[in-house]
Parts: sequence; structure tokens; C-alpha cells
Amino acid sequence: MFGSFIKKSRAKSPWIMHFDCGSCNGCDIEVLACLTPLYDVERFGIINVGNPKHADVLLVTGTVNHRNKKVLKNIYDQMPEPKAVIAIGACGNTGGVFRDAYNVVGGVDKVIPVDVYVPGCPAKPEAIIDGVVVGLGKFAQKVEEAE
Amino acid sequence: MDTLILVIIGLVAGPVIGGLVAGLDRRVTAWFQSRQGPPIMQAFYDVAKLLGKEKMVVNQWQILCAWVYLIAAAVSVALFFAQGDLLVIFFVQAVGAVFLVMGAMSAKSPYSQVGAQRELMQILAYEPVLILVFVGIYLVTGSFSISSVWELEQPLLAKMPLLYLALGYALTIKLRKSPFDFSTSHHGHQELVKGVLTEYSGPYLALVEIAHWYETVLVLGLCALFWSTNVFWMAALLIGTYALEILVDNTMARMTWRWMLKRVWLLGMGMSVVNLIWLYAG
Repeated sequence: MFGSFIKKSRAKSPWIMHFDCGSCNGCDIEVLACLTPLYDVERFGIINVGNPKHADVLLVTGTVNHRNKKVLKNIYDQMPEPKAVIAIGACGNTGGVFRDAYNVVGGVDKVIPVDVYVPGCPAKPEAIIDGVVVGLGKFAQKVEEAE
Repeated sequence: MDTLILVIIGLVAGPVIGGLVAGLDRRVTAWFQSRQGPPIMQAFYDVAKLLGKEKMVVNQWQILCAWVYLIAAAVSVALFFAQGDLLVIFFVQAVGAVFLVMGAMSAKSPYSQVGAQRELMQILAYEPVLILVFVGIYLVTGSFSISSVWELEQPLLAKMPLLYLALGYALTIKLRKSPFDFSTSHHGHQELVKGVLTEYSGPYLALVEIAHWYETVLVLGLCALFWSTNVFWMAALLIGTYALEILVDNTMARMTWRWMLKRVWLLGMGMSVVNLIWLYAG
């Protein structure tokens, strides 16, 4: 019974952590817009935490470059399982218009496994919330498979 | 036998009430900000989720410290429900508070270290006030035992109004609410990340959270002693105090530890001492 309550709780309390890999700030302000009274993601139990050790979902915006890929990997490794990664915006998905630049590695999935891709330039808050919900489904599935 | 039943009630009711209070708190805070806010059960979902996460620790000390913090908080609530001695309750909860700081100190992370230093300052600020409140209760009832408070004809509040105000400071500090939330900032993306809680994760963070619920219940229980003669007025006093706490939390900015020490030592302890002199002489 307690196990099923834990399982149910995972989807009800996703703590997100937001990491900016050199985005133009467009996607970042949309992520933060989700926390405003208009979208109020806290009603779904989502909290924006600043600490990878407390986070369940990692939101990554911006193109990954050779300088910050180590940081991204480090943050990902510090998150306890089960966890999900959501790449936000054109840059996070593929590298966007910067994909051919000499310092750019490409999308987030070049460095860490990504569960959900949220498109847009910038991604809309609705799409980001949608992405988090799909991401929760994915990590519930991952936990089931692991057991 | 009765004591054992009371202890079990305390151990079970502590986290249930504490979790509900935390849920209601977030609901009311959301209302202040014209949002809808999470469900009242949210605190339980958070803790259940944390319990199901991978166990990641920086060092073995943290495991011990999280457990001791939880056990000390639970034992102090159990003693409170069992009508125990106020001084014993005080020392047991102080042990818990110190172990939380030790756990934070055991990690090298600067956030955790700074949070631990600030938490020590907070302990330094509220512990003397708590002791003075207990001394006040002793002067009124002639005993440090909680059962003697229930035998009073007249509520404690009538004799110790200033001490109740001082206890309000201790409550705000103990609940880690603004303007005294500088050891564990409310929101995890502020200057200190999460202070003392930064290095705790997964199940151990859940233990710390449950311990915090116990402590909330303990301090609210101390407030309840101030109107022990009438259940209705006791409930009104508790709801009023906690509502004021939420209002203060939402309208105040975070202050520095220097500001806190000045306020709490001068005003809080000043009021306590004036009240104690009045009790002693009057």
C-alpha cells in the first residue's frame, strides 16, 4: 500500500531544476513564467528547486557547448534516481541556429539522455508544462521497468 | 498504561497534523499571492516521493544526523503528549537541532556550511526564549511538568502575555519563516540554495522534513498550553497565531542573523524578563 502511495506521489510532486546552457534567455523566462500566478505550476506540486540533489526533473534550455557540457553532465549525475530530462526550445533540442558554430556540441542529448523534447523558439509555457507531464509518465515507466 | 497510549497518539498524530499544517500553509500562501496553490495533501506527496528516491549521501554522518534529528523531534513530541517534563522536552529537541547542524557541517559544500552557521545563530536566538517561557510556566504553576498546566483554573496567557509574544519569535524561527528563514531559504533558488538542507537528498531529506513536522507540532503545542482551560479558545489561539505567522511570512523579507539576534535578544528576552519579574514580584 505504501509502495503504491510512493508511486502515485512521484507524479504529484515533481521538483524541477532549471539549467541554462547558454540560452538567449527566451526559454528561461518562459520557464519562470510557468511559476507565475497565471500558470501557477505549484498547483500540480511542481516546485522550482535550485539544487540537483532535490530535483526530479531537469529542464535544460540553450545550446550545449564545449565549456558547459561538463557542468551539465555533473548536474545530471548529482540528481538521485528516478529522474527525467526535458530539453526545451530549438537550441536545447538540436542546437538551433547555433548548431554549426565551432564551439557548439549540439542538442542536450549529445551529453545526457533526454526524455522529452519541447519545441519552440521560445517554447510556450503551456508546452513546457505539457513536457513536464509527459516526462513524469516516462519516468514512471522507467521505474516500472527497473523493478 | 495511559502514558503509553498518549505517547503512541503523539507519535502518530505529530506528522499527520504537521503535514496538514504544512499543506494548509502553502494553500494560504498561494491565496495571498492570488494563485490556487497545491492540494492540502501536497506535503505528504512530497515526502512519499522523497522516500522512494535513490539513497545518495555525501558521507555516512548525514544518515546518522538525519535519523537523530527525526528521533529527537519525535521523542520530544511523544514526551509532550505524555505530559512530560518541559525541561526534558527542551533538551531532547535541542539535541535534534544540534544534530541537524552537525549533518550540514559534515559536508564541504559552502551552502551547507553557511546554512549550518546561520542555523546555529537561530538556535542561539530561540533557545533562551524557550527556556524563559518554561521558567515562566514554573513560576505560575510551581512545576516544570505539563500536567500541572492542565490543572490551572485560569489560562497561562492571562499571566504571561509578554512571554507569549516572545514565544511568537521562537515559533517564527523554529518554523524557519521570514524574516528568520535565512538558514533554509523558502525557495531553493535563492542565495543560499537550501542552506542546511542542501546536502540532504532523497529519503534523508524526507526524514528531515518529517522531523520538521514534529517540531511544528511541538511548538504549536507549547502555544496551546497558554490557553489550557478551554478547548475552543485554545483552538482559536492556535489558528490565530499560525495565521499571523503566515501573514508575517508573506509580508516580510529575509533579514540577517545580526538583525535577528538584536530583535530576539533585546525585544524577545526583554519582554520575557519583564514578564518574569512581574510574575515573581506580583
